Amino acid sequence: MAEPRDYNDPSDYSKDVSFPFLGLAKGMWVTLKALFTKPPVTMYPQEKEIPVPRARGVIALDVDNCTVCMLCARECPDWCIYIEGHKEEQPPSKPGGKPRARATLDRFDIDYSLCMYCGICVEVCPFDALYWSPEYEYSEEGVSDLLHNKEKLTEWLATVPQPPAVES
Amino acid sequence: MEFFDGFWIQLVLKVAVGLLVILTGALVVIYAEVKIGGHMQTRIGPYYAGGRWGWAQPLADAAKFLQKEDLAPDGADRKVYGFAPYVVMMSALAVFAVIPMGPDLVGADLDVGVYFVLAISSISVLGVLMAGWSSGNKYSLIGGLRAAAQLIAYELPLVLAVVAVVIQASTMSLNGIVEAQNETLFTIGSFDVALPYIFRGQIVSFAIFMIAAVAELSRIPFDMPIAESELTMGYLTEYSGIRFTMFFLGEYASMIGLSAIAATMFLGGYSVPGLEGVSANLGGPIVLLLKVSVLVFVILWIRWTWPRLREDQLQHLAWRWLIPLALVNIAVIAVFKVAF
Repeated sequence: MAEPRDYNDPSDYSKDVSFPFLGLAKGMWVTLKALFTKPPVTMYPQEKEIPVPRARGVIALDVDNCTVCMLCARECPDWCIYIEGHKEEQPPSKPGGKPRARATLDRFDIDYSLCMYCGICVEVCPFDALYWSPEYEYSEEGVSDLLHNKEKLTEWLATVPQPPAVES
Repeated sequence: MEFFDGFWIQLVLKVAVGLLVILTGALVVIYAEVKIGGHMQTRIGPYYAGGRWGWAQPLADAAKFLQKEDLAPDGADRKVYGFAPYVVMMSALAVFAVIPMGPDLVGADLDVGVYFVLAISSISVLGVLMAGWSSGNKYSLIGGLRAAAQLIAYELPLVLAVVAVVIQASTMSLNGIVEAQNETLFTIGSFDVALPYIFRGQIVSFAIFMIAAVAELSRIPFDMPIAESELTMGYLTEYSGIRFTMFFLGEYASMIGLSAIAATMFLGGYSVPGLEGVSANLGGPIVLLLKVSVLVFVILWIRWTWPRLREDQLQHLAWRWLIPLALVNIAVIAVFKVAF
């Protein structure tokens, strides 16, 4: 263990001086060792990377949970979430009662060319409609093709890992 | 075999074979550079081209470069701009004319071979300066000036290191220098021991020569002239297409050339103990090739390990360390030559 040094004391720099060219030789030794070590490379298209379960790969949507409250769209720093919805009249629960209104989701698009994977939408969703999925292979030929609609986002719901058991 | 005796036939054959071998060698060194560099950085390097190990990568690169448009900037001095790569390439290739690959395998056995090598290899400075000046680009100009300053500074220790060898060998012919290293120094029992100059007191000259040679090649740690981070590509900035390919191949060809000269002058060239007569002519090129490969590997190794020297440090090293050291070295060698 090297003794602690005072970086404000210029005379302390003398501790940097070692045998001439020793540092260069050490560097040469490092690269020589690296040359004869197998590189830790994943040959990606042939071998798949295995992401960790909580990897922030893509955002999946559970349409049934969404209430079109727009919180995610408004909190999104990049404004990359597009939501449209309408009200549907539901028949009254009792005869003679008041008809209910229910919000229905028409459009839920995330523009992944803008998304910066901050996860604020997932955090802010009050009804657990948004999830992180570790899926990462959704590149497209063009930037405009990265605007993914709610059908696509729903497909990714299947790849969302089970959450760990709640601590008691 | 009368057909092969004509001077012109021999000339054409020598040039054709030489060109083929040198350019193939340059491509092999380029491949070694990317592959070794990749592994030294814990990468794989080229992998797909050619089916296995990416062996066809340099060929594919060369084919790609040749397809690119040969651009010349508006402000360029077209004639000088167009001619500069050929000057560099020519100086890189002409060096090989005097390198002996066997007792009789030499393009031209000049009495002043050492002079020829030093003169020809410093012509490339002219090409670099022409490229930097004529590109009409401030990065090119700064790169060209830095290259000129650097190459002038390191030409001196290079020459002085060679002078020490010339003193010890008492000849300026490269063949003569190899033969001088091949002479029996002492005998152990019935075995004649001949030692190359690196083991006969020329280790300092060898170190100076290799440092100056790396600087002459403008390779890391002496690549200020083409420092990508500050000058984009230095004097190469405006070049594209076949002219860039010329510079590129020229750089690697002169790397082989300077390594071959170092191998000839310090490591015994084509000779190895036990190789004499006809077998020296056959095995000589292989022996030389092995020695050159070792030196080229060291140059590549340094390139992928060390950081770049700052411009003032670079000049310090040449003028304040290498040149005085080389002068002292010459004095010591000369004293030993006279005294023993």
